[in-house]
Amino acid sequence: MSTIDAHSHAQGTGEDVKLPLWARYKYAAHFRSKEDEFDACKFGFWLFLATEVLLFSGIFCAYALFRWKYPEAWAEGSSYLDWRWGGFNTIVLLVSSYTMAAAIRNAQLNQQARMRFNLAFTIICGLAFVAIKLLFEYTPKWTGWFFVLDPSLAHHADSGKTMLGGLFHYVEGYGGKAPGKFFSYAFANDPHLPLWWAVYYSGTAIHALHVIIGAGLIGWCLKRSFKGAYGPGHYTMVETAGLYWHLVDLVWIFLFPLLYLIH
Amino acid sequence: MTTLDSKTHGLDHAHGGHHDEGSYLTPRGGWISTVIQWATTIDHKKIGVMYLTAILFMFFLGGVAALAVRFELFTPVRLDANGNVTGQWLAHLPLVGNVEGETQNVNPGNNLYNRAFTLHGAIMVFMVLVPSIPASLGTFLLPLMLGAKDVAFPRLNLLSWYIYLFGSIFAVLSVLMGGVDTGWTFYTPYSTTTDADSWRVVLMILGAFILGFSSILTGLNFVVTIHKLRAPGQGWFDMPLFVWAIYSTSIIQVLATPVIGITLLLLTFERVFHVGIFDPALGGDPVLYQHFFWFYSHPVVYVMILPAFGVISEVIPVHAHKKIFGYRAVAFASLGVAAVSFIVWGHHMFVSEGELAATVFSALTFLVAIPTAVKVFNWIATLYKGSIALTTPMLYALIFLFLFTIGGLTGLPLGTLSTDMHLHDGYFVVAHFHYVMMGGTIMALMAGLHHWWPKMFGKMYNSFWANIGAILVFIGFNVTFFTQFILGVKGMPRRYATYVDELTIYHQISTFGSVLLLIGFLVHLFVFVHSLVAGRQATQNPWGGLSLEWETETPPIEHNFHHEPVVKHGPYDYETTVPPGWDPKDYPIPHAARSHAVVVKH
Repeated sequence: MSTIDAHSHAQGTGEDVKLPLWARYKYAAHFRSKEDEFDACKFGFWLFLATEVLLFSGIFCAYALFRWKYPEAWAEGSSYLDWRWGGFNTIVLLVSSYTMAAAIRNAQLNQQARMRFNLAFTIICGLAFVAIKLLFEYTPKWTGWFFVLDPSLAHHADSGKTMLGGLFHYVEGYGGKAPGKFFSYAFANDPHLPLWWAVYYSGTAIHALHVIIGAGLIGWCLKRSFKGAYGPGHYTMVETAGLYWHLVDLVWIFLFPLLYLIH
Repeated sequence: MTTLDSKTHGLDHAHGGHHDEGSYLTPRGGWISTVIQWATTIDHKKIGVMYLTAILFMFFLGGVAALAVRFELFTPVRLDANGNVTGQWLAHLPLVGNVEGETQNVNPGNNLYNRAFTLHGAIMVFMVLVPSIPASLGTFLLPLMLGAKDVAFPRLNLLSWYIYLFGSIFAVLSVLMGGVDTGWTFYTPYSTTTDADSWRVVLMILGAFILGFSSILTGLNFVVTIHKLRAPGQGWFDMPLFVWAIYSTSIIQVLATPVIGITLLLLTFERVFHVGIFDPALGGDPVLYQHFFWFYSHPVVYVMILPAFGVISEVIPVHAHKKIFGYRAVAFASLGVAAVSFIVWGHHMFVSEGELAATVFSALTFLVAIPTAVKVFNWIATLYKGSIALTTPMLYALIFLFLFTIGGLTGLPLGTLSTDMHLHDGYFVVAHFHYVMMGGTIMALMAGLHHWWPKMFGKMYNSFWANIGAILVFIGFNVTFFTQFILGVKGMPRRYATYVDELTIYHQISTFGSVLLLIGFLVHLFVFVHSLVAGRQATQNPWGGLSLEWETETPPIEHNFHHEPVVKHGPYDYETTVPPGWDPKDYPIPHAARSHAVVVKH
């Protein structure tokens, strides 16, 4: 039984200090074995993921209801989204999901350097996702200010106003595609367009918040991995952070076609 | 039940095993360090006691608001011949001076009334009933009943407690800023339009949102604990019925609460940014809000009542000295109620949803009666030919049976479409849910509290005065709420500050009943305080209980058991009914029961 294994690590003799942190890991006293603890953590986390799915289900329900009630508003709203940014972000998240899965494998095989690389790469992808969303999607639609490197800036008549030393360019009449009381887009055809933006921003912002939380969790893993916390004998935290990351990815996989691809 | 030397497994760290340790209540160090130890504890027993304290305090706050409601309703609000307002009670309290002196205008006083009933509802539902039994008794007892050292995630357990505290602070802050008048359901467009320039409503909504996370994390913790930390030999059908009830409850908490999470979050967006998802003026759908809200809030009434079923399933067999009748039926009925709870939310919306939907939800609603009735019949069958000891827990269990049955049966006319058209949103509904929520959950909490009080605090209480308190509560409750059934049938709508003259007598009887309830609970408060200060030392197993928590010391040691228990004989092992050294004189039981208890083999 695993208990016997656990016992051999248990006594903190001088010899053990040389072992990496993961090999010295002792499970919490109320579990019977390290495997029990790992299973309990994974099971608990799956339950937590179920709650996350249910949390997003509210957004999807609202989307379905209002799409059914106001199809024109939904078609018009969707037409303002650029599938290329959505698609690019989908690729970013898919790649990050691969590196996350690879990091867990690296932990299991004790490939410490590769694990750190993969964790760091996953975090960078997550942050890139949020940055793209903010810079190229949220900001121009909401305010009319385009980031200077935005390729779609070329398609609009530049008003000449710039900000932050030319980093942002203002396009007259483009902004105001915002939810609720912030909505001021003058060329809207459908009176229910603000509702579309309400669902769009609620859904994508709550998702982006999850991306940031996920990146934070993985950052915590990365920090601990420099102390040798994860290896073949103990990688619970990496595994659960990975589960979370895949869920975040999965939610986007549903949001992307619903918001960007179908009209 | 035999024991196994726990030295053969496990490691001594975190809060692992000194075998000569004292009770979990024993203070270590001075009072400052004791406070810090309690505030940072990961011991489920201390967390359970902290929950209990907080919940009882919130029960007091919600009770004060209830009394305010009852006093406002003592007389109807009228404008007399001189144009002065009469019959408003809250407006003339010195506490709320800003309203005093207002004449010719009923609104300030009525607004206070609206705030009082919203406060009462929100506090009682989100801060008392939802966490009541699972968070207090559940957190304390679950690991003990499973023979475990703690819940699966002790630090998460502490986090849940702090989230509960944090959410309650939000709600109390909202009250201190002047309160909320939306009703505890936060229906749109009330909740999106009232007090538009104030943050009070947002604070209250966020308070409920935060409390939801506490509920989710507690439920998640319990599910994993039950799956992974059962004692050796303890299969699923070797668990006490309280654990089954907690398990069903936890599943609902995990699967329903996130929906209210997103709903309240969207409601906050709605209120702050006017995003229009629920506001009909902006194209939104208030019925969508009602669907979202009740998709959580209907299952959650079973979060309130299922643990109560669990408590009753424990209390009745112990104090009737008889094995529970139909163990598996009661266990499966818990799961059955949990499953059905998810498909009946539409019965809160019979007048706002479509006819077909209302018909389907009405039919589904009657399904709830089946597992619930199975339980009630099983409890009564357990009592049949039992040696019933009229201890305080048993008295409360009987009160529960009586009141909950009335509450359950009056649910049927509300689930029937044609009768509901008349009773909808009236006092019949108010009386019905008070009979199931207070007559059910709170009475079961009182039963459980009196049943496990000796185990929790190591002290006995004065049974005589506790029984007096129970009887006062029982009478007060019926006087308060039975009249409300009559009010409902006569057409009194809920949440109204005034009424026609013909209803005055019923409202006044109801208010007298609420004073009786207050006196009853004050007697209990006195009994509890007296027990803590001057109570007799409790023995390990004062009632002759058969589940694992009675196998350990009273109060339990910090790591629950000296040796890990092993379950060999099913959930309730009657061979150990009478532990060696048990003195039947420990509590007053009828002679017949005493002899029955001593001669255990049937």
